[in-house]
Amino acid sequence: MHELSIAYNLVEIVEEAARAAGAIRVTRVRLRLGDLAGVVEDALRFSFPVAAQGTPAEGAELAIEHVPVRVFCRQCNAERMLKPPFVYRCPECGASHLQLLQGRELQVESIEIEENHNETAYP
Amino acid sequence: MKPRILELHKAVLDKNDEIARTLRARFEAAGVFVVNLVSSPGAGKTALLEETMRRMLERNWRVAAIVGDLATENDARRLARSGAPVRQIETGGLCHLEAELVARRLEGWALEELDFLFIENVGNLVCPSDYDLGETLRAVLLSTTEGEDKPNKYPPMFYSADVVVLTKMDLAAATDFDYAGAVANVRAVAPHAALFETSARTGEGIDRWIEFLVARHWEAATAASAAPAR
Repeated sequence: MHELSIAYNLVEIVEEAARAAGAIRVTRVRLRLGDLAGVVEDALRFSFPVAAQGTPAEGAELAIEHVPVRVFCRQCNAERMLKPPFVYRCPECGASHLQLLQGRELQVESIEIEENHNETAYP
Repeated sequence: MKPRILELHKAVLDKNDEIARTLRARFEAAGVFVVNLVSSPGAGKTALLEETMRRMLERNWRVAAIVGDLATENDARRLARSGAPVRQIETGGLCHLEAELVARRLEGWALEELDFLFIENVGNLVCPSDYDLGETLRAVLLSTTEGEDKPNKYPPMFYSADVVVLTKMDLAAATDFDYAGAVANVRAVAPHAALFETSARTGEGIDRWIEFLVARHWEAATAASAAPAR
């Protein structure tokens, strides 16, 4: 279960960006998660609110975009998608001469924030 | 209140990766070859390491180890029997080592007086795969007492390995270990990885594994000393 420490890393990045932008609250965190990142989505969803407690990210929605595993097969000279259980072999020709193009991502794409200004005070 | 979208495009483990990069540069500058050993609990990391370090010390290599454990210092005590300097990281519940923990534990250690540094990670085939420790080489152990389908169950860990070491080969017959199946599974998930068969108890394969490490150490050292001349 390293999802909790990943969640703390995630919240730290979000908090820093939110404070730098003068946000009072983060409403949404968009995350790209590769299928080969070694992160269990359910565990991360469970851990995120725990890590976010007492930070501007508390109560934020965690939107996760899954990134499928894409490889380049040198034998076929073409891109292929790998499906679970992600055996490292070209699904078309069976060759192992593959280059991983995507699928290990664990990245914060963007956050949605509410900014610290009071519209009624300055009509 | 109006919502605004901030684009970040930042790796979640950016901080760990950054510390790992600093560590790697430090290791390279000191000329120390660093091996990160990972496996499930009980696959034989400590036994392999104890025997590896004992033999390397006999050949006058300067070796040391850092060992990560959730609790207890048992592994560190066992490793110290090899005669090599050993430092312990008690992770206090953390299921993997992070670059920062390693960096902190290295304080006051003269790395240039070492040829090899082994980092024994916490026994776990999932979490350590995401954490770069600045190592030169990552070795995953697979013991004959585990299922031969471990590589298929934990592809990120095996995919991230430079080397796969089969351990407890002396028990292969007793456990009906499907050797051909295990090799095929390793090859499928980690075709780039070098494969070794070892038994810390009988000593089988340990010398070959050491020769490999020594050869890689020379390669790394030669590449490092050739680089500025170019």
